[in-house]
Amino acid sequence: MADKVATRVAYGDALAALGEKYPNIVALDADLSKSTMTVTFAKKFPARFFQMGIAESDMVDTAAGLAACGKLPFVSTFAIFASRGWEQIRNVVSRAKLPVIFALTHAGVSVGEDGASAQANEDIAIFRVVPHMRVIVPADAAETQSCLEYLVTHVDGPAFVRLGREKVPAVCPPGYRFELGKALTLQDGADVTLIACGAMVSVALDAAKLLAAKGIRARVLNMASIKPIDRDAIHAAATQTAGIVTAEEHSIIGGLGGAVAEVVSENSPCPVLRVGMPDTFGESGKPAELLKKYGHTAEKIAECAEKIMASRRQA
Amino acid sequence: MTRTRNEAELKKIARQTRRHIVEMIYKAASGHPGGSLGAADILVALYFGEMNHRPDDPRWPDRDRFVLSKGHISAAYYAVLAQAGYLPVDSLNTFRTLGSPLQGHPCMLKTRGVDISSGSLGQGLSVGNGMALAARLDGKTYRVYVLMGDGEVQEGQIWEAAMTAAHYKLDNVCAILDYNNLQIDGKVSAVKEIMPLKDKWAAFGWNTIEIDGHDFGQIFAALDAARAAKGKPTIIIAHTVKGKGVSYMENVADYHGKAPDEAGYAKAMAELS
Repeated sequence: MADKVATRVAYGDALAALGEKYPNIVALDADLSKSTMTVTFAKKFPARFFQMGIAESDMVDTAAGLAACGKLPFVSTFAIFASRGWEQIRNVVSRAKLPVIFALTHAGVSVGEDGASAQANEDIAIFRVVPHMRVIVPADAAETQSCLEYLVTHVDGPAFVRLGREKVPAVCPPGYRFELGKALTLQDGADVTLIACGAMVSVALDAAKLLAAKGIRARVLNMASIKPIDRDAIHAAATQTAGIVTAEEHSIIGGLGGAVAEVVSENSPCPVLRVGMPDTFGESGKPAELLKKYGHTAEKIAECAEKIMASRRQA
Repeated sequence: MTRTRNEAELKKIARQTRRHIVEMIYKAASGHPGGSLGAADILVALYFGEMNHRPDDPRWPDRDRFVLSKGHISAAYYAVLAQAGYLPVDSLNTFRTLGSPLQGHPCMLKTRGVDISSGSLGQGLSVGNGMALAARLDGKTYRVYVLMGDGEVQEGQIWEAAMTAAHYKLDNVCAILDYNNLQIDGKVSAVKEIMPLKDKWAAFGWNTIEIDGHDFGQIFAALDAARAAKGKPTIIIAHTVKGKGVSYMENVADYHGKAPDEAGYAKAMAELS
């Protein structure tokens, strides 16, 4: 297995590489370029990098102006701080369907020691609800690179790419190409389905191993494309397996779990149990400690899957 | 398009613009007459005597850009765009009605000639800066004009953008502050004081010019001075009368967002004939 790489680092490298091929790409950052890794692009293309200072709302609309004049801006800061520019994103960027890519880092409780004020657990929900917005949560370095390539070759309004601070293992198979609106089946199984995104994909794969040890065959889907979402894959999971467990490093309200539940309830009702951040704020601690305390674990996912299997047996 | 700075000609266009404004808002029974009438002269000066643009080619890459940061005065904007040739004049009758391209607040996806969507205050200067940065990257000489309101500068983002424009020395940005000292809840100075405006913008690194926003001579002198100023952005603080041209609307905050009734419409049109 390849070394673990943080998706924000993969983003920095991919952006700098894409900058070579696409001269209309520009990048903006709000005093966090060494953390979001836009610094790599900034060093390579100083004239195309705009340091905006600590002014996220201004950054969003400046990007809108650049996009309205033919540029393809990448806007980066921590996911939580970009939400300060949500109304700008909604009212200018998205309403005008401008091609601005929000590549936002430090998503989820695994931000760690900085604590609740820096841990975005609500961002998928508030981006997902905006018309024209595409929402992508890559699971590993390769998928990060692939989804960015997809976005620069499919320019169609704004997009949100959600990136993490911590290193994550490679989970996508070699040669995999990201496709908007398509889930990636990492493991097939007929008993229960685990649908995960981002850093929780590898955790879901671990959960599938725990389940396999108990004779439960879990299907594991990497749902990087949260909007548009793969309705067919969800429908298949809902009708071919006993139920669905979702896993995300985000609030269980409004994120991947919410999106999956919306599709299931409309088309093919089945149990959907959501693993993720409960309706609460995080705190300071080591990433691994926080992930455990707030239930982002393979054990929790497996437990939910077993609960679904048990309820089916009773029915 | 061919520009003119002939005052008699511009005054005629401005009068027609005001007639359109009153008629559009009366017919729609909604809209923002006060600010639209107040900024009509500035918009006419920009579109007929200042900006380099092509109504027959609204996406011409070299055109000067205009950002209506105070998007609620869309009636004035559409009236000027129609007279300049971007929109059929009779389409103004559809203002604010279902299915119309002429939305309550400007939408660039629906309205020909609109360079950027707006409507939520405090954002246009940032957008203008982005357009100006793009011009610089592309080695283009187009200029960017941003029209904002006075109450609008109560938004903190305006000052973020003010710093950005000065930091990047965006001398291709010309902001115009429509200063009528009225906002929805009353006098700007009573709602939340914004003075001293000129000192504030100067302190933020801007070239500042103060004019009478209804005097075409002063408007063009200021626009010329803005173009000549190098190394920093310019703001033109234009003193205007909210509701200008319709006696009973002048300096009345209530006409910020209130349509005239039938009698009011007749009186306004008579005064603007």
